[in-house]
Parts: sequence; structure tokens; C-alpha cells
Amino acid sequence: MQLGLTISFTLFCMVMVFPLLWAVSTSFKTYDEVLLEPFKLIPEKIMFNNYLDVFTILPFLRYFMNTFKVSSITCIATLVTSILSAYAFARLKFPGRNLLFMLYLATLMVPRQVVLVPNFIIMRNLGQLDKHLSLILTGTFTAYGTFLLRQFFLTIPADLEEAAIIDGCGYWRRLSNVIIPLAKPAMVTLFIITLLNIWNDFLYPLVFINSENQRTLTLGLSILRGDFDTRWNIVMAATLLSISPLLITFLFAQRFFIEGIALSGIKG
Amino acid sequence: MRLGLKKEWVVAYLFLLPNLAGLLIFMVIPTINSIAYSFTDWNMIRKPVFSGIANYIDLFSDQLFWKTLGNTTFYVLIKVPINVAVSLILAVLLNNRMYGRTVFRAILFMPMIASSVSVALLWQPLFDPTLGFLNKLFSYVGLGPFPWLLDPNWAMPSVILVALWKEIGYYMVMFLAGIQGISKTYYEAAKIDGANTLQSFFRITMPLVSSTTFFVLIISVIGSFQIFDLTTVLTNGGPANATNTLIMYVYQAGFKFFRMGYASALACVLFVIVLIFTIIQNRQSKRWVHY
Repeated sequence: MQLGLTISFTLFCMVMVFPLLWAVSTSFKTYDEVLLEPFKLIPEKIMFNNYLDVFTILPFLRYFMNTFKVSSITCIATLVTSILSAYAFARLKFPGRNLLFMLYLATLMVPRQVVLVPNFIIMRNLGQLDKHLSLILTGTFTAYGTFLLRQFFLTIPADLEEAAIIDGCGYWRRLSNVIIPLAKPAMVTLFIITLLNIWNDFLYPLVFINSENQRTLTLGLSILRGDFDTRWNIVMAATLLSISPLLITFLFAQRFFIEGIALSGIKG
Repeated sequence: MRLGLKKEWVVAYLFLLPNLAGLLIFMVIPTINSIAYSFTDWNMIRKPVFSGIANYIDLFSDQLFWKTLGNTTFYVLIKVPINVAVSLILAVLLNNRMYGRTVFRAILFMPMIASSVSVALLWQPLFDPTLGFLNKLFSYVGLGPFPWLLDPNWAMPSVILVALWKEIGYYMVMFLAGIQGISKTYYEAAKIDGANTLQSFFRITMPLVSSTTFFVLIISVIGSFQIFDLTTVLTNGGPANATNTLIMYVYQAGFKFFRMGYASALACVLFVIVLIFTIIQNRQSKRWVHY
């Protein structure tokens, strides 16, 4: 039973991983060999040059830096603002708390696509179209982060804060010294989910960003589709390069990714 | 600054302010605006003109709207059941003792890390009717050639294939979390009573994982109604609008034809669909679940 399952899963995973293997193989081939039959997994001549070509044919480094900038700022801004608001909802009493929390819950139901047109108008009026700030602002403020962290903060025993209160700590110190160290798993989850959403976002960059040097990775890649129809070796190299940062992070921290997704699923 | 000495509610509002202000400006007010715009005629050059429910009346006679709604619904109806079933079965199997479990879990989850844009680019060459690997593979066993993305009847199933490839591992991980929450004692008791593996699955696993199943089903439906990236890059809605989806039509109406009011009305249709499923989830999850 154990061996049979292992063999079946090995076969299934090989099928699942095949498109990726095909892409890796193709990305190292010469253009002529891509078209050659029959298909060989190991290229006859390994063309590392394809990867260098990606950087010369496309402003790939610029795309990469743009995505990196937008993603990192959005992730940090999401974490900071969500920690503060989640702490307020989880621990502090204030007039209108239930009403505001209801508003947050209602906002959870609104897909980002629904607010695309109004956000486009806002960014046009603010003169932020074709600027990364438009992506950062619309990416940062979701009800989800507050909701996820609040749920986690509520599971932290209130007694732990009592000691800090007796020591004369203010709210700020109670948050930073007691809550934040204990809420790391939830914060990692929020960070990863935000990173995946923003790094991989396509619709908002497509609508907000126009000029080539402002493009993000997904936007830059999507344009390859028309331009390089059959230069698959270059397209595959570019695609793999665009995935690689998240993929490498995933391989080293897969426990956090998978547990984070599971956590968000159960609590969501 | 000693915040601790201040009144609690002042601190609360200070903590809340950055997130709440952003949420109001970029989510709450735009949601209201989106509904408001849907009752206007607006091409971005002139000022918006109130047009009542004209956009919604137009929707009813707009063949492209019905086409995109139909495509999106087809995508949801075919993809979601397969996705949920396969993910559940994989999770149940993967929950057994075997070698390399974490490796399998990681491999199956991996496509979820990649953007839909890059996934579409990875798959596009495989679908090529003459050079693509899928048809080469099929020709070895005497099948094909299949037109895949080039044929209106085959295009959406091909897209669904790619979507399944991307998302199966993601929902599998959610199911695994649910299954691992089931106490081993149930299975041991069933074994003593002489239950076989299949009976254990249908009598213990299925009922006890029903809350996860329901949750996965709903978020998968909601997420699938929002399909945009995959179809945009794989087929750009073609051939003959066979893979044009609701969100793609929102994009086309708003940012190609600059009919902001009409685009907002389309977005509101999606909003209503998502809202219905969210409300079903909130209402039914307590009733549907067996424990």
C-alpha cells in the first residue's frame, strides 16, 4: 500500500511537473532545436545565452525592479496598517467598533475587479496613472489583512498583556512587545498572501500602467505573447526568470507557504 | 509619547486610521461609486450623464454579455467540481503513510506560486497544433491532432485544463488541513468494526471534512468567476469570443471602448454573483456541515 501510493504519486507528480520541465529544457535550446523533432529533454547544446538575451531583448531588469518595488512596499504597508487596525479591533474598546467591523466584513465580499473602474478614475484625478503609487495604494488597503490578524490576535490570551499593563506599558509597547512576537505565524501568512497577490497581479498593472519603463513583470511578460510568437526558448527563459524569485523562496520556506495557506483557509 | 495615558478610544482610532482611511478611499467609496457609475452614460471625455437603468437594459440585449457570462459560467461549472473532487482525493491519498509526502505536497502546490500570466506562457507552446508537445504525444498513440486553443469548442476546455493544473495543489493543501483535523480514533473504531477503506472514506472522512469542502467549493466558485489573466494571455478571448469572460468584457468595455458606465454595470453583475455565493456560504455553512 505504502509503496504503491508512493509510486502512483511519483508518476502523477512527473506528469504535473512536465510543463515546467519542458519549459526549462526549451529555455536552454537553440531556436532551431526548439522546432526539431523528436523532442529531447536534454538539449544538444546548452544555451545559457538565452537567459542573457532576455535582459538585452527586453528591459527585463526594469520590469523585475518595478515588480520588486511595488511588491515589497505593498507588503510592508499592508502589514503595518493591518497590525494596527487589527489590534484596535481585537483589544481596544471604542464607539462604533461593531459597526466598523461589520463594514470590514462587508468589504471582504467585494472583489477587486468591481472597484477597478472607480479606482482608475481616482488615480486619473490624482495624476497617479502610469505610476507605481497607484498599484501600491490599491494593493495595500484590503479588509482581509485586518480580518486575518484580528482573528489571530483574539487567540492570544489577554493575561499575557496584564503583566505588561502592570509594568506600565502603553498600548504601543503592549502591541510591539507582547502581541507582535506571538503573532508571527499570522503575519508571515499575510505577508506571503500579499506578496503572491501583488507579484502576480495582472489586471491592475494592465489598466494603470502604460509606459514601458513602468511595466511590471506580468505586464512585460504578457506582451511577449504577441511579439515572440514562436521564439519559445527566449519566452521560456523570461517566464522562468520571472517565476524564479517566488519559486526559490517557496523551496526554502515551503512550510510557511503551505501552512499559511492552510491557516488562511480555515480562518477565512 | 505615552499612549497608555491617553483615552483608549483615541488610541483605537489612531491605530485604525491608516487602514480605515485607505479602505474607505480605495474600497468602500469605489464600491458605491461603481454602483453609481453603472446608472450613467460616461465616455470619460464628457461628464457622466445619468441614464437610469439604460445600461442594464442594454445588457439584456447584448449578445456579447450573454456570451461572456455563458463562457464564465461554463468555466465555473466544469472546472470547480473537477477541481474540488480531484483535490479532495489527492488530499485523502496524501494523508496516508508514504515516502516523500512533503515532496509530493510541495510539487503539487508549486504551480500556485506562479502568476497566471507565466502559467499561460508555459502552456501556450504545448498547445500548438503542429509543434506543440500535447499533439506530438497524442500522435504517438494515434490520436489528434487536436486544435486545442484554436477551435471554439476546444478552447475553453483547454483553458480549464491549465487552470486545474495550477489550482489542484492549492485546494489539496486546504483539504489536507481539514483532514488532519479528524481524530484518528474514528478510523480505529471503524477498523475494529470491520469497515474497509472506502467505507471509512464515505462514512468518516467525507462528513467530517464537509465544512472544508463547502468552504473550498464556495471560494473556488467565487475565484473562478473572476477568471481574467489566463484567458487574456492564452487566447485573448478568442477564437470567436469562445474564451471571452465577464471580467475581460469589463476591461474591454471600460478601457478599449471607454464606456465607463457600461463597464461598471458589468462589474456590478459580477459583484451580485459573488455576493450571492458569499451569502450562501455565510448562511448555509452552519446547516450543511455534519457535526
